[in-house]
Amino acid sequence: MAYLDHAATTPMLPEAIEAMTAHLSVVGNASSLHAAGRQARRTVEEARETLAEALGARPSEVVLTSGGTEADNLAVKGLFWSRRDADPARTRVLCSPVEHHAVLDAVHWLGEHEGATVEYLPVDGHGRVHPEALREAIARNPADVALATVMWANNEIGTVQPVRELADVAAEFQIPLHSDAVQAFGQLPVDFDASGLASMAVSGHKIGGPYGIGALLLGREYAPVPVLHGGGQERQVRSGTLDVPAAASFAVAARLAAQDQERFAREIGALRDELVTAVLAAVPDAILGGDPAPAGPDGIPGRLPANAHFIFPGCEGDSLLLLLDAQGIACSTGSACTAGVAQPSHVLLATGTDPELARGTLRFSLGHTTTHEDVKAVAKAIGPAVERARAAGLS
Amino acid sequence: MTADATPPRRLRVLAAMSGGVDSAVAAARAAEAGHDVTGVHLALSANPQSFRTGARGCCTIEDSRDARRAADVIGIPFYVWDLAERFREDVVEDFVAEYEAGRTPNPCLRCNEKIKFAALLDKALALGFDAVCTGHYARVAVDSEGNRELHRASDMAKDQSYVLGVLDERQLAHALFPLGDTVTTKDEIRAEAERRGLAVAKKPDSHDICFIADGDTQGFLASRLGRAEGDIVDESGTRLGSHEGAYGFTIGQRKGLRIGTPAPDGKPRYVLDISPVNNTVTVGPLEALDVTALTAIKPRWCGTAPATAGEYTAQLRAHGEETPVRVEPAGDELSVTFTEAVRGVAPGQAVVLYDGTRVVGSATIASTTRATATV
Repeated sequence: MAYLDHAATTPMLPEAIEAMTAHLSVVGNASSLHAAGRQARRTVEEARETLAEALGARPSEVVLTSGGTEADNLAVKGLFWSRRDADPARTRVLCSPVEHHAVLDAVHWLGEHEGATVEYLPVDGHGRVHPEALREAIARNPADVALATVMWANNEIGTVQPVRELADVAAEFQIPLHSDAVQAFGQLPVDFDASGLASMAVSGHKIGGPYGIGALLLGREYAPVPVLHGGGQERQVRSGTLDVPAAASFAVAARLAAQDQERFAREIGALRDELVTAVLAAVPDAILGGDPAPAGPDGIPGRLPANAHFIFPGCEGDSLLLLLDAQGIACSTGSACTAGVAQPSHVLLATGTDPELARGTLRFSLGHTTTHEDVKAVAKAIGPAVERARAAGLS
Repeated sequence: MTADATPPRRLRVLAAMSGGVDSAVAAARAAEAGHDVTGVHLALSANPQSFRTGARGCCTIEDSRDARRAADVIGIPFYVWDLAERFREDVVEDFVAEYEAGRTPNPCLRCNEKIKFAALLDKALALGFDAVCTGHYARVAVDSEGNRELHRASDMAKDQSYVLGVLDERQLAHALFPLGDTVTTKDEIRAEAERRGLAVAKKPDSHDICFIADGDTQGFLASRLGRAEGDIVDESGTRLGSHEGAYGFTIGQRKGLRIGTPAPDGKPRYVLDISPVNNTVTVGPLEALDVTALTAIKPRWCGTAPATAGEYTAQLRAHGEETPVRVEPAGDELSVTFTEAVRGVAPGQAVVLYDGTRVVGSATIASTTRATATV
């Protein structure tokens, strides 16, 4: 099987599995006062320190959550509520239109149920938010902005956002900027303190750690209103018994992701380039998504090194997926939905892509297990698959 | 002489899985027969239920999940295909337009003709599949010359050949109905599903029109066509009462007329005619429903169209009785004469013609000749 859907989830690293299984057989609630509890607490705090180091943060800035979605919800809703509580005039939420649904739907919910005024920031043809656009949006009335949120790198087309510059603009007006860094972590240099962000979401299973755990990196000056109420385990902003084995495992994966990031970007990036070349050779009219700009002097490329997103004109992405799946190639149309029905991606629509074209997308996302053989399998299968899918047309 | 159309080779089969027990067992049987089966659930409803456009109503998500679980158990790949737009255009809008025109459509038949064995089949063939498999109760056989024939299911009580009567030979050549040979009760199909570990074994049957989730057809039509008050009259034109939209009635309907005054003879009255032009519903005695002949349009034949008049039996609605008829082709129309008068024939429904168990063809009823007067 050629597994090329690492952006959906990537295999756990052996070291992460080892850490997880080692702690599964140890009893202890990290909130208990006895020896077993203290041992569990120690494991969690060591994990927190490791995560902090891997992400350029202080340990107290790491709030463990059940995953990226919860981290995004806590940041977006929690910061909105706390900022509005401090000043009722702050009801405006500035949001990039290419966010993951974990942010997009949370923001939309605030608009529907909490009286927020949601303003989508303009993006360019690659889905990038320019700092001037953010400045212009804030400057219209800095006093009514509750928060802004722009993802670090896009999960579908891979476009990398100028996070540092955006955070600088937000800081000028003392407005918190949240960023979903779920896809960026492990592929780009991600340093929370250097970024100037108020908060940042990361997830375990996207970097070779376990499912069901993530973290919100949260500046110490922020106290979002909790989404989950209970024992207040995490800084009084997140409740729930801590998942000790998952925390330990997540920390191991995070340490390796940070250590390995440069090599990963170089080697997997080269494989990705190979895949792009092969696909474009087999299907010359395929359209490559995202920003093709190479890494500049800062080492930051236009798009994620493991992402290859294509539009195949005249094809239904679903048809391509079925045909490739039948040949053991796992990829994605880019926009999953609970009922399994693909809709034209909001990311592509935001970048001004024709809705008809937006139906023919495929996202290949590479990862730590990807090989030349995987790329060759795609190179061989994609041409005939596109031909077939074109014959089947758009339903 | 006909023989069962035993598939000669391993086919690549696309199994349409509604989430119900019949289509799940059909897919399981196709896989067990050695075919390379892929399951697909058709998303046909486009009611956005949440912010994420395209999120389906809860029922459809549940059906989709049930179909997915059945596919897991059978061990076949499974996908959801969005045919909501085609379904809306070809089935739902047609349904509304037909009622608006005073006719009584059969949306299941339309769905088989335009969606399952057209949009879905065409896509399946283009993607390299050989056949579409459904849980319908009907049989496909091949005659001595290798021509495909559609026959009633072995079990008449469950036969669904009526709603498949619109299929032509090409469509039949790519149709697989693994339940068609079953002479079993529904309980036995459920037992088979149970034995196969399919959780849908206990799922209740669906009877209603799938796109009217609450089963309230009148409410659905009212929301689409609006209220339009009009008269209910007797055969002489005397006004007996009023209605809120002529589209809400079906020929032969007795209940829900809400006429205050009884008929002079004290007998019940039935809907005889629906006239959308002047928004009038005509009622009268049971005998006035007797139909001696009808004209049908848009004929579709399973095989070659008969050039000359012939004797067949006809079925005039789903689960209806068979009745002997004489059929004369007249250009793009059919003239159908009944040996004995029949009742409750509604324009818009299909007349499906049979020769023994074999489906000869079908057409849409356009007008009827009454024993007492032509309507």
